[in-house]
Amino acid sequence: MSPIRLMTPLKNEDIEKLKAGQAVLISGLIYTARDAAHKKLVNLLEEGKPLPIELKGQIIYYVGPSPAKPGQIIGSAGPTTSGRMDSYTPQLIELGLKGMIGKGKRDARVIKSMEENNAVYFVAVGGAAALIAKSITKCRVVAYPELGAEAIHELFVEDFPVLVANDIFGGDLFKEGIEQYKNKNLS
Amino acid sequence: MQVIGGGTIKTISTDKIISEVAKLCADSNYYLGKDVVEALEKGRKKEISPVGINIFDQIIENAGIAAKNHVPICQDTGVAVVFLELGQDLKIEGGDLYEAINQGVRRGYQEGYLRKSIVNHPFLRVNTGDNTPAVIHLKMVAGENLKIIVAPKGGGSENMSAIKMLKPSAGIEGVKEFVIETIVNAGADPCPPIIVGIGIGGNFEKCALLAKEALLREVGKPNIIPDIALLEKDLLNNINSLGIGPQGLGGIVTALGVNIEIFPCHIASLPVAVNINCHAARHKEIIL
Ligand code: SF4
Repeated sequence: MSPIRLMTPLKNEDIEKLKAGQAVLISGLIYTARDAAHKKLVNLLEEGKPLPIELKGQIIYYVGPSPAKPGQIIGSAGPTTSGRMDSYTPQLIELGLKGMIGKGKRDARVIKSMEENNAVYFVAVGGAAALIAKSITKCRVVAYPELGAEAIHELFVEDFPVLVANDIFGGDLFKEGIEQYKNKNLS
Repeated sequence: MQVIGGGTIKTISTDKIISEVAKLCADSNYYLGKDVVEALEKGRKKEISPVGINIFDQIIENAGIAAKNHVPICQDTGVAVVFLELGQDLKIEGGDLYEAINQGVRRGYQEGYLRKSIVNHPFLRVNTGDNTPAVIHLKMVAGENLKIIVAPKGGGSENMSAIKMLKPSAGIEGVKEFVIETIVNAGADPCPPIIVGIGIGGNFEKCALLAKEALLREVGKPNIIPDIALLEKDLLNNINSLGIGPQGLGGIVTALGVNIEIFPCHIASLPVAVNINCHAARHKEIIL
């Protein structure tokens, strides 16, 4: 399973070649957002106001990094639990968001929205935060600085290691992986 | 030392406690314990899923990078959970012990570049900005030492923990069923491979505390009571047969270890608590 490389922004052709279980190295610009920022974005949409970031073709990484030490670009920066964003995600996918990076499962509504709108869900390794930080080459707050670690950051990444968890063909690595290894523990 | 009526009393200053707590906060977040690293290496060898093996490799490499660069293993540097074992013959000088612990946490999280993840109120949710207050558990013990354990706990794994008051008739099978149910329900969210702390007995709050204390024991070191050690082994096997695997993406290593602590309980009760820890199982201690 050798990884394939993808550059953001993602195009439909990129999404179409991704299958659950595929290892991917992502490069380019991605945005960060957690629950608090999602809530603000969705509130703006409901008020009919413009968003502070352009989501078309983009990826949102669910992360609240630790503070950078002097000389560091960013602190440790592993994924947070994606399920907390589920209630907000379909609205962002409808706006053209093409990918999300987090950890843990998504709900049925998010999965359906991904299939209908050509978007994928990637997982990064939860807790591999110091390793992931090494693939981040630039970091800048672009919205909601008052949220601290939860502000929206613009990151430039180089070969950020992720796996496709949900593809647009109904593939679900959580389901398939668990089915495959259930009762295979022999010691 | 302070001389009182011919005898001497050992004293410790709150300044000393503050600086030690600050150091423990940073160290526990940067340096994964040897037992956990070894358990990860063992898990890596055992795992058969290629995706799972790749995840193990990343986790092990990550722990190495964190230690080498003195940076947090995980960005969620947690609630600072502090266990104190205070010798009854020891005197603390210079102020309030709890305030000293919180001051140490404040300093440790600030100077150690750790993330501040505590909000002031369950509903108002304003970040306190310095990761205080810590959750402090104080135990009085014989002697004149102060043992301080700092165990930062992330939200992902803490959120998937659970407690249940079983009927005594549920017995060992009932306990097993509840543990498995909790692990299945947790799935990928607590960042498997996990370490499972279980408290059985006591009452409602005692068994929750036992579960947390169980996580302080070395991974892979069995309970000294043979039938409890056997239950640990059984549960570990059952959990690893669920197929959840590293990060919930399938595999045969969902847990690195199961640690159980027990306590006597009421004739009518069988409390059981499951406190899940992620692979970033962090704690460091010092005896003053
Ligand atoms: S569960 Fe543990 S490893 Fe995962 S993000 Fe939280 S603190 Fe980090």
